[in-house]
Amino acid sequence: MAQPVEIPPDPTIAVQAAEAELPPALIAQTLGQYTRAWIGRMRGGDIGVLPVVVGLAACMIVFEIISPNHVFLSADNLVNLFLQSSFYMVLAMAETFALILGEIDLSIGFLGACGAVIAVQLVQPVTTHWPWWAAIVAALAACALAGAIQGTIVTRLGIPSFIVTLAGYLIFNGVMLILLALGPFSGIPNLVSDDPNVKVLYNLVAGNIDPTISWIVMAVVVVGIGGLMWYSDSHRRRSGLVAPPPSLTLIKIGLIAVAGIVVVGICNVNRANTGYLAGVPWAIPIVLAILGAWTILLERTKYGRYMYAIGGNPEAARRAGINVPVVITIAFALCSMTAAIGLILYASYLGGMSNNVQGGQLVLFAVAAAVIGGTSLFGGRGKAIHGVLGGLVIGAIYNGMYLQSLDVQRIFIVTGLVLLAAVTIDAVSRRGKVSFPGGRR
Amino acid sequence: MAQVAEPLLKVRGIDKHFGAVQALYGVDLDLPAGQVTALCGDNGAGKSVLTKCISGVNLPDHGEVFWEGQQVHIHNTRDASRLGIETVYQDLALCDNLDIVQNMFLGRERTSRYLLNEGDMERAASETLASLKVTTVRSIRQPVASLSGGQRQSVAISKAVMWNSKLVIMDEPTAALGVVQTAQLLALVRRLRDRGLAVMVISHNLNDVFEVADRIAILYLGRMVVQDKASAFDRQRVVEYMTTGGKGMKAPSN
Repeated sequence: MAQPVEIPPDPTIAVQAAEAELPPALIAQTLGQYTRAWIGRMRGGDIGVLPVVVGLAACMIVFEIISPNHVFLSADNLVNLFLQSSFYMVLAMAETFALILGEIDLSIGFLGACGAVIAVQLVQPVTTHWPWWAAIVAALAACALAGAIQGTIVTRLGIPSFIVTLAGYLIFNGVMLILLALGPFSGIPNLVSDDPNVKVLYNLVAGNIDPTISWIVMAVVVVGIGGLMWYSDSHRRRSGLVAPPPSLTLIKIGLIAVAGIVVVGICNVNRANTGYLAGVPWAIPIVLAILGAWTILLERTKYGRYMYAIGGNPEAARRAGINVPVVITIAFALCSMTAAIGLILYASYLGGMSNNVQGGQLVLFAVAAAVIGGTSLFGGRGKAIHGVLGGLVIGAIYNGMYLQSLDVQRIFIVTGLVLLAAVTIDAVSRRGKVSFPGGRR
Repeated sequence: MAQVAEPLLKVRGIDKHFGAVQALYGVDLDLPAGQVTALCGDNGAGKSVLTKCISGVNLPDHGEVFWEGQQVHIHNTRDASRLGIETVYQDLALCDNLDIVQNMFLGRERTSRYLLNEGDMERAASETLASLKVTTVRSIRQPVASLSGGQRQSVAISKAVMWNSKLVIMDEPTAALGVVQTAQLLALVRRLRDRGLAVMVISHNLNDVFEVADRIAILYLGRMVVQDKASAFDRQRVVEYMTTGGKGMKAPSN
């Protein structure tokens, strides 16, 4: 395949080509070259999702070996693990919006909890009795507004987001307690009811999709995504643009198909000790839908491009005519809105809300999950998928250690050590990068 | 369109002060198309302020700016871009975490149905790089962080040229470069000139100035003390103008 930049040589270029230090095989066209380029990129500090995938696999193997009766990899436990991780994954995707910009949002634990309380309160049949979707929309809108206000304070007044959202952490903790006390529920509005609206919220995480429908939907999604990938890559190859070789595209599509089959296959095993319980829990398509939407927003739209630009070099972004304060404010709103979804899943998982919500722990786990997944704490680098993978790691550690009947203090210590390892990898990989004059940091 | 003799950009009587400090006193400057003008001057002579007044970062207090013979008012960098004035800043203003195409199109991305049209942008970027003979960059999809200093300069300049710009202003383009890279950069500047662009290079480095400039303009303590063809100067003269403002020297024939 011809490189688009190739032109007839002129005398000065001989020198240039000789001294040009190329990262290995950026002109890769075959699978072998791509593998070498990938290894080169990792050596150069661009490690991508490899550490977290390896870490996740290691967790799985170790816990499977040491768990009593090897129940860790049973269908029952794997589905349970995903449900326990679902809100960590969503919260980590929320935090990614702040982290890409080089900011942080400490408020999303309690702010999201406010959203969850709003949703749970609004559907209660004895008080407001809103339809479930209206309750969710109201909760998301309220949280987006609160996030936008925090973002405005950060951008217009120039106060560090750490401080603004630390204040938000306390404020929304208080607001959550006030919202909980509303209505005749003694501060613990719950989702256990025969009312259809309440049931929808209750089944948001653990409700199962019929096994047959699960298979059909999975097949449609895999064929759709695979077709799109194949179409876009072959279109790029035909147009002479930088594109992966067909074999790599096929491998990626194959991996997606295998993942889909494995997930649906595991979910469709009968998980009940007595009776019958099978099907894909709603939490999986919900998390995947958020993942898809935020991946497209971050990687395929102008807005996402501007977020990365601001995270990489805010001054360059400003000079390029990007309205930096507006982009940051919207990011905080999206972060808080996504956090509300995460905490609604949390409420659904627990069957209600109470003042037991550990908003501080949730937000720290969200930051940890995003960073463990590969998002940089220093801004400019991060993807929605990182939050999903990191959330799974945290969920796996929690789940695996509970199976060992280890107490919570040991779980905290292990989770903290994993976070420390992830941040170390992030920092060391940045230092490993070659720096140039004019380069930032 | 103005007649041939009319310079692309004509600045007349620009004053600029910051608080009590007067930075520019009635500065005149001509930037003709198809020529490289070097703007020289010691530290604090007002080079950067003058540049910023042209590129829309600062507003002059008094004075007039003519673009292709027409008087214009440049209020911000967008106005300047619209006219065809692009500035390559000394720090290059590139995002390390974005690749070459993403940097070149930053803030002016092409979209189709709300999604980024990467293919279109990649093609246009590679055409621009090829037309400027920037060939050391093998993949335009590599992040800017992986480029050398000279390559980064080339990307920043290509970014400026991409938008049908007519005047490219470069602030100390060779300051961070080695010998080979400086030679490459000056060749690139000449290619811009040969395309008919007006180029203004701000530089301390007299070697580079004499290497590439067609015209030289010298600022001294906020005043334009001389501007003329480069052949009317020698090194000695330029240094004297820069350090003394040309006091006691015979003015070169115009």
